[in-house]
Amino acid sequence: MSESIVRALKCRECGHEYEIQPTHVCEFCFGPLEVVYDYDKLDGKFTRELIESRPQNMWRYKELLPIDGEPKVGANNGFTPLIKADRLAKALGVKELYIKIDSVCYPTLSFKDRVVSVALSKAVEFGFKTVACASTGNLAGSVAANAAAAGLESYVFIPEDLEQGKVLGAAIFGTNIISIRGQYDDVNRLCSEVAGKYGWAFVNVNVRPFYAEGSKTLGYEVMEQLGWKAPKHVVVPMASGSLCTKIDKSIKEFIQLGLVEDNQTAMYGAQATGCSPITKSVKDDTDMIHPVKANTIAKSLAIGNPADGYYANKVMKESGGYAEDVSDEEIIDAMKLLAETEGIFAETAGGVTLGCAKKLIDSGKIPRDESIVLCITGNGLKTQEAVLNEVAKPRIINASLKEFDVLAAADGVK
Amino acid sequence: MAVTVRIPTPLRKLTAGADEVSVEATNIGSMIDNLEAAHAGLKERLCDESGEIRRFVNVYLNDEDVRFLKGRETALKDGDEVSIVPAIAGGK
Repeated sequence: MSESIVRALKCRECGHEYEIQPTHVCEFCFGPLEVVYDYDKLDGKFTRELIESRPQNMWRYKELLPIDGEPKVGANNGFTPLIKADRLAKALGVKELYIKIDSVCYPTLSFKDRVVSVALSKAVEFGFKTVACASTGNLAGSVAANAAAAGLESYVFIPEDLEQGKVLGAAIFGTNIISIRGQYDDVNRLCSEVAGKYGWAFVNVNVRPFYAEGSKTLGYEVMEQLGWKAPKHVVVPMASGSLCTKIDKSIKEFIQLGLVEDNQTAMYGAQATGCSPITKSVKDDTDMIHPVKANTIAKSLAIGNPADGYYANKVMKESGGYAEDVSDEEIIDAMKLLAETEGIFAETAGGVTLGCAKKLIDSGKIPRDESIVLCITGNGLKTQEAVLNEVAKPRIINASLKEFDVLAAADGVK
Repeated sequence: MAVTVRIPTPLRKLTAGADEVSVEATNIGSMIDNLEAAHAGLKERLCDESGEIRRFVNVYLNDEDVRFLKGRETALKDGDEVSIVPAIAGGK
C-alpha cells in the first residue's frame, strides 16, 4: 500500500491541528477533533478497479481510514447487503427504495462493528492493552467481541435499564461489563472521568476521532453497491448524530476522488420523539441543541446530550434534508412493516428510521420519484422486549393431523 | 456587584492555579471582559472572534446554561455563582 494520507487531527471549531495521538478535544477551545487527510496524495491511485479487486469487507476503502497499513483488529468486518426494497417501496408509495442492512454486520450485528474495528486497530497501534466504551448496548457488544478476538482486555459501561439481548450480547465475550444507575448521558459523563484517570483506549472518548471515521464505510459501500452512484436521499437514525455527519463526509470524499458524481444527496435524520434533541433543533430552525432526558423504547438512540448534534443539524440543513421523530407506537408499527414487507427484523432504531422516512415521504419532504436509501443499523433479536407482545403467539396443537385439519379449516385453507 | 466564577482545570494556568475567582459584573458579557482584564488570555479561550461564547464552552449561572437564558446579556446579581465547564466531549 502507498503511504498513509492521514494528515492530522484538526479542531472542528478553531482549526488548531494536532499530531495523530489518542486525544479528542482541542486544548485551546475544547472543540472536537477530527481526522483530516491529504486527498491529493491519492490522485489517480484509488480507483474503482482497485477497490473492486479487494475482499468484500470495510477495509477495501482502507486508504480513507485513519490506520497505518493493515488493520490490526476486525480484518473481516463490514460489507453488508444493500437490497432494493420493492415491496416496502410499494407500501410507502415510492419509486426507488433501498435498504442498507447493517443489522447483519459481522461480527455483532450492528454498524458499530465498523467504528470499533477502526478504534481498536488504532488502539493497538498506540500500544493500548485495555479498551473500553460508554454504550447503549450495540457498542458494548462490538467492543467486547472485537477485543476478545484481538486478545485485548475490555471494560464496557452501560446504563442499567438495557435490553437483555444487549447485555448478554456483550457479557458472552468475557468482557468486564459495568452497569451504571442512570441514563446513557450519566454513563458517558462517568466514562469521561474514567478515561482521564485510567490509561485505556475509550473508543468513544479519547480515540473517538478515529472511531467515528469507521462510519464512513457504510456510505462508501452504499455508493459502490448502487453502481458507483451517490443516492439522492439518505435516512439515518441519530443518537449522537455522528453517523449522519460521517455518511455525508463519505459522499463528499468519493465525489472529490472522482469515484462518484455529485448527486446533491440530501441527508435526513431520524429520532424517537422521546429523545429528539437534534430533530427538534432542525424543526425549530435553530442550531442550538437543548439537552433532554430520554424516554423511549429506542434505547440505542437514547442520548439526551448528543455530541455531534450541532454538526448533524448543519449537514441536514446544508444538504437540503430534514429531520423527523416518531412515537414508540410508530416505531413498533414500522418494525413490523419492515419485517412483513422485506423480511428484515431490525432493532427499535430501525423502526425509528423507517417510521421517520414514512413521515418525511407523506409530508412531501422526500419526493416519491427519487432514489431513497434507509440505513438499518441494528438487529431486532437484540431488542425483543419492544415487540414481544406485539406479534402473534404460536398456536399450540398436538402432533395430530386431525387437529391441524381443524386449525387449517378455521384459517380457510383449502 | 461581585460574582464567583468557577474555573475548570484546563484554564487554571491563566488564573495562577485558582479554581475560583471573584469579579465585578452586571452580566455575563461584562463578567468575561472583567475576567480578561484580571487574567489576560481567558477571553480568547472562552469566546470566538465575534465575542460569542464558544460552542464547546458551557457557562452555567446557578446551574442553568446561559445559552438558554439570555447568553452574554444574562444579568448577574451580587453573590451569583457562575461555572465555566468545557462540554463533555465523547459519545457514541
